[in-house]
Amino acid sequence: MKILVCISDVPDTTTKVKFKDDNTAFETAGVQWVINPWDELSLTRAVEMKEKTPGLIDNITVVTVGPKESEATIRKALAIGADNAIRVDALPKDAFYVASQIAEAVKNENFDIILTGIDSADYNGSAVGGMLAEMLDLTSVSSVSSLNAENSKVTVTREIEGGTETIEAATPFLAIVQKGIAIEPKIPAMRGIMMARTKPLKVVEPADSETLTHIEKFEMPQAKGACKKFDAEGVDELVNLLHNEAKMI
Amino acid sequence: MAILVYTENREGKFKKATFELLSYAQEIAQKTNTSVVALSIGNVEDETLKTLGQYGAKKIISVKNAPEFLDNKIYTDIITSVIEKEAANIVIMAHNLSGKALAPRISARLKAGLVSAAVSTPSSYDPFVVKKAVFTGKAFAHIKVNTALKVITLAQNSFGINDPQDQDVSIETFDAGVDTNSKTKLIDTHKITGKLLLTDAEVVVSGGRGMKSADNWHLLEELADVLGAGLACSRPISDEGWRPHDEHVGQTGKIIAPTLYIACGISGAIQHVGGISASKCIVAINKDPDAPIFEVADYGIVGDFQNVLPQLLEAVKNIKNS
Repeated sequence: MKILVCISDVPDTTTKVKFKDDNTAFETAGVQWVINPWDELSLTRAVEMKEKTPGLIDNITVVTVGPKESEATIRKALAIGADNAIRVDALPKDAFYVASQIAEAVKNENFDIILTGIDSADYNGSAVGGMLAEMLDLTSVSSVSSLNAENSKVTVTREIEGGTETIEAATPFLAIVQKGIAIEPKIPAMRGIMMARTKPLKVVEPADSETLTHIEKFEMPQAKGACKKFDAEGVDELVNLLHNEAKMI
Repeated sequence: MAILVYTENREGKFKKATFELLSYAQEIAQKTNTSVVALSIGNVEDETLKTLGQYGAKKIISVKNAPEFLDNKIYTDIITSVIEKEAANIVIMAHNLSGKALAPRISARLKAGLVSAAVSTPSSYDPFVVKKAVFTGKAFAHIKVNTALKVITLAQNSFGINDPQDQDVSIETFDAGVDTNSKTKLIDTHKITGKLLLTDAEVVVSGGRGMKSADNWHLLEELADVLGAGLACSRPISDEGWRPHDEHVGQTGKIIAPTLYIACGISGAIQHVGGISASKCIVAINKDPDAPIFEVADYGIVGDFQNVLPQLLEAVKNIKNS
């Protein structure tokens, strides 16, 4: 089986978010870039499956849409255990544009399983996976929290409102992955890091594609008022405030 | 032109998130001189369907011929056929599990610009601009949609619910004429019973590492009981297996926006705050007066949970009984 894991690089989750150019662009100066957390978990699961069941997974490819700078993230993915990588040499413009680029880059590669993260820690679009499934005309299941495969069959668990469902599907198949798919992201070992340097990384030119949306402006949330603090003797007073002032209870 | 709202049911019943979607759609309909059409997929009684009218739907399209579980492709076939039939120009869905599964497919199929996790009604209609949360609640972006058809998923509890009003509503049973044989097979369903779901809860009581041990959770459970609240936890707690993963709130878990969020023994890591910052009111209990959770809290108690929680429980009981 061939697995494709779609990854993007996002600011480290502890980044202090700032904007520039009259709040029309994200300030990237000083930002640490990491693999989007859900993509990293997807990749971890793909590598786990490859390692635990010899012969099941022949190849894990990662794909990203991004400029040359995003290759640091790609190398990390290769160090974690992907076998090769594709980078579409374009700045991600919107989810539709990104999904179009990935679809174009992989449509003839016959992947059996495609994994995408359910959300991205930057623009929180929750969109690329579903769009890609549609563009490649694939069966998709979203909010997947466990994944197993054998022969040409996958079994997934997905979260539903108030529970979970176990679903079987035939490959080719696209899973939109959330927490639970792997417990901790795999940390690359020194050997993986060394090997990553020589693994194939193919750079492809972007295809012609439109965008459907555009970010006009960013805005910071309004500053919160000061916290009204009490010590343990003030519990009654706090509850009175919650009842009478805030009308919360 | 019409605004189409996908009104999802859970076992034949509508939840408040659906009424919020309709309230949101009705405001947009009033501003743009259009009307709200609700689409229900699956078996829902007519009497229940009619309640959608009380929140703004003028017409309800009921598609009963569909798989009983969510099949992304087939549901997209149904929804897109109704979009075309009603000549909808705006499609509104909840930013929940099924909205996240369906909206991108609809967007890609019809080349309709998608705004996901919108937090307010459009700030302008021409150009069409909607505000959404980005960087997990650390900022907002104003998204301009370039296409004639727009798809919006609404972040829960970001708009509110209008008071129900009786108005005329028509129900049309519609056969979308799509192939309903799913290529996926549902082999098992596990339902969480006997507890309030986080997505339905107005009040949420949450615990973190400061709770010391899973054995101390009864203190939070008792408080949640009295408040009619849902239970949540921070990431280490679900990673340690003290609580199930469905209770994990934060960046990689659930993003929630209850009316009242009570955080006990949670230091307030930025990833956790991202998941709760849209709450209307945050109360933090922590023994460390410098814990970052107090920077986002409206009210705080500096003290040890073993001492504070029993007092809090008594005080809340007194209020509830008075």
